[in-house]
Amino acid sequence: MAETHGAQSTPHRPAVPRYIILRLLAIGIVAAAIGIVLGFLIPWFPPAAAKQAHTIDTLYYVLIVATVPIFVLVVSVVLFSAWRFRMRPGEERLDGAPIHGNTQLEVIWTALPSALIAALVVYAAIVLHDIGVKQPGEMTINVTGQQFEWTFSYPAYHDAQNKPIVTTVLYLPINRPVVFEIHAVDVIHTFFVPAFRLQEDAVPGITTSFRATPDRLGSYPIVCNQLCGYGHSTMRTTLKIISASAFQNFLATHGYSGASTQTASLHRSSGAATAAVADVANRPNPKEGPQ
Amino acid sequence: MIARLRAPGLHRGLLSVPIGIGLAYAIVLPIRAASHYHPVLDGTAILQVALISAPMAFLVGLGAFDYWFYWAAGKPTRAEDHSGHGAKTWKDYFRINTDHKVIGVQYTVHSFLYFLIGGLFAMLMRVQLAQPGGKFVDANTYNGLFSVHATILIFLFVIPVFAGLANFVLPLMIGAPDMAFPRLNALSFWLLPIAGLMLLASFFAPGGSFASGWTAYSPLSTSAPIGQVFFTLGVQFAGASSIATALNFLVTIITMRAPGMSFFRMPLLVWANFSTSLLVVIATPFIAASQFFVLLDRGLGFNFFNAGSGGDVLMYQHVFWFYSHPAVYIMMLPGFGIISEIIAVKARKPIFGYRMMAFSLLAIVVLGFTVWAHHMFTSGMPAWIRDPMMITTAIIAVPTGVKIFSWLATLWRGVLHMDTPMLWAMGFITMFTLGGISGVMLAMVPFDLHVSKTYFIVAHIHYVLFGGSVFTIFAGVYYWFPKMTGRMYDERLGKWHFWTTLVFFNVTFAPMHLIGIQGMPRRVADYSAQFASWNLAISIASWLLGLSTLIFVYNMIVSWRGGPRAVANPWRGLTLEWQVSSPPPIFNFDTMPTIVGGPYEYGVPGAVHAVFRDGADVPTPATTRAMVTQE
Repeated sequence: MAETHGAQSTPHRPAVPRYIILRLLAIGIVAAAIGIVLGFLIPWFPPAAAKQAHTIDTLYYVLIVATVPIFVLVVSVVLFSAWRFRMRPGEERLDGAPIHGNTQLEVIWTALPSALIAALVVYAAIVLHDIGVKQPGEMTINVTGQQFEWTFSYPAYHDAQNKPIVTTVLYLPINRPVVFEIHAVDVIHTFFVPAFRLQEDAVPGITTSFRATPDRLGSYPIVCNQLCGYGHSTMRTTLKIISASAFQNFLATHGYSGASTQTASLHRSSGAATAAVADVANRPNPKEGPQ
Repeated sequence: MIARLRAPGLHRGLLSVPIGIGLAYAIVLPIRAASHYHPVLDGTAILQVALISAPMAFLVGLGAFDYWFYWAAGKPTRAEDHSGHGAKTWKDYFRINTDHKVIGVQYTVHSFLYFLIGGLFAMLMRVQLAQPGGKFVDANTYNGLFSVHATILIFLFVIPVFAGLANFVLPLMIGAPDMAFPRLNALSFWLLPIAGLMLLASFFAPGGSFASGWTAYSPLSTSAPIGQVFFTLGVQFAGASSIATALNFLVTIITMRAPGMSFFRMPLLVWANFSTSLLVVIATPFIAASQFFVLLDRGLGFNFFNAGSGGDVLMYQHVFWFYSHPAVYIMMLPGFGIISEIIAVKARKPIFGYRMMAFSLLAIVVLGFTVWAHHMFTSGMPAWIRDPMMITTAIIAVPTGVKIFSWLATLWRGVLHMDTPMLWAMGFITMFTLGGISGVMLAMVPFDLHVSKTYFIVAHIHYVLFGGSVFTIFAGVYYWFPKMTGRMYDERLGKWHFWTTLVFFNVTFAPMHLIGIQGMPRRVADYSAQFASWNLAISIASWLLGLSTLIFVYNMIVSWRGGPRAVANPWRGLTLEWQVSSPPPIFNFDTMPTIVGGPYEYGVPGAVHAVFRDGADVPTPATTRAMVTQE
């Protein structure tokens, strides 16, 4: 038996009939379709609360459509091979077909993925550009990370002492574009707002930034996403997106009286606001903000 | 007794450690006294020097440098007579040994020891994370656990275990009697236990172990307690080992191939290690530099990364990732090589597109150096860098895809021997594809802006490093187990190991994609209650995944001790390592082979890879020869 092996007469694994390949293809297409549907049904994302978030979510679903078929292709060929080409009793001495390559096939599976990837990159680059575009009427928020707390300051809005309003819970008015200017006091932190799908590191020595336009009312988590020491996992706070009028109330309770350059007379005239400021000042964290 | 202590070996090595520590005192105290530093006797300063001097003294005591010392001193050197080759008892594995097969076993077994420790740490982490508000360990210990987990699995398992397997089989595959630099080879191995013990010992440091992740970003690492230095210096020893081995592989592959073994007749495992070694020698000095920066910042106040004194915090990340991205391929390319060997042999077919397989390895080497900043898309680096890095990162998927498709085409119309190594290889193809796909997703910057540093990254890296690298390592260990030990492993247990690992691996890591996208950060000792149920499921699956490894350990130990004797060529492979006995003769080849054809000519009538020039082995087609051996 050993002598006959390797001789021309030894049969190799025969080619797969065309109808079986077509059947495999059909199963693959169905499986890919099911995979894509599943990819759309799974509740991947937390609620989206910024215009930028919707664009990024769409990119993700495009990626699902583009990549699920590739995974299905690989798994189908592996499973099909395991079923169809498995060594069966009596085939212990059989060899596979001595195929060394196929230039046409190799060109195809280099060119097609390249084209797919090029298209995805162009699309992603456009999305990246769009989410970073400067918006008219932007409000700047200074974000400062330190072990293990976030503080937010509103440089456009000053309080009675003519200092920017500072909070540890982030209040943003809906539909008003925001640019975050991010700073770090001690080590690197990451200012991550999952509801915005955006994050950027807070780096000692430099100012980093990103833009977002909140578009959904509600409370959302803000987390530190860069290991920053033993308290890292507790470095969380809340983002509250509120209506424009509620935001004015919020500013008022923090001592802002309506103009970015303040005068003492204006300030004194609003007795209620002063009382509110005093009240807020006694509490470290304004728990009940407006709304 | 005295003679025994003076002879090179573990005894002399351990005795030399106090000398090294004494040296640290001798260096630090006068300098501090002369500089009027207070206090003169400063434990932190001495420890940092001792962590360098004590291991070096150990290596000198062990005898790693004996030959070179004799040579440098002009004394008569003892030429290597290879009398120490081969391991007659288990004690021979605890000596300096220059036999590449002994070193290969040393490397592999030592690496698996750390695989178990690293895995155990992961299971402990999952205890802490089983429920929100976990009280199993405090946050600092938890940060230490995942930092040490990643560091030892990268630097003491994946990278060295590949070096170990290649150490054993690569010289055999190219028809060489040993590696090019056997003494350097021994030194490379003995640097590893030092690195490993140093990383583990950090748990005993005041303030706890290093807890800034395996990435050790400054300024967290430069301001951390002294445990951090155990990482800073431990990585230097592992890195030095890595560089020395890579150099050894390069010279061995370039200069020691058997007659007729042209580059395009080399098995793809050799190509893979050639590519990997290029990556290692070029990239590893960068992580060494990054850690020296940290050491100088900490120990001597150089302020490289101190923003308040003109330092540049982001520079650490650039230097670090300039190594650590290529390191991803250092941890994957040798696995590609293993899979190519196994798929060809087990499918009884030539590798599809052999040259493209080799070229794609080289393409990955080159491209691997152009993508490092994709780890920094949200780091605050200049925004323009994002686009070019996104493009190069996406491009690197193409050569990787070529490899996947070529393996699939190799399976097509093969005769698949679905035994344990093949199962791992096919499992690898599917799992690694998932890791590759999530990698392409992460390359898309806007998506990365959301999931960067979340559990999505944890999922991605484990699909690449566990479903990828570790699956190839298991495939390779089962595949070469008969060659390395001369025994057969238990096939039934091997299959159980594969299926349990495949299932629990997926149950552990697949949900991490989801909780990552939902916004759960990685590296947290506690998390929001919304992630509770998934985390509990992940924890339970991870413990079962850990238990599945016990099947492997049991199989390896029992089979090595008493498995059935292995024949020379149980898989009917064509490559050279299967043409010698199991385990191979002390000098590998009793007769020198001459290479006359490609390594994977399965199914080609009359094809021959190598002929043996004289002696009993008359030039016969290797396939026929293999079958005669088996029958």
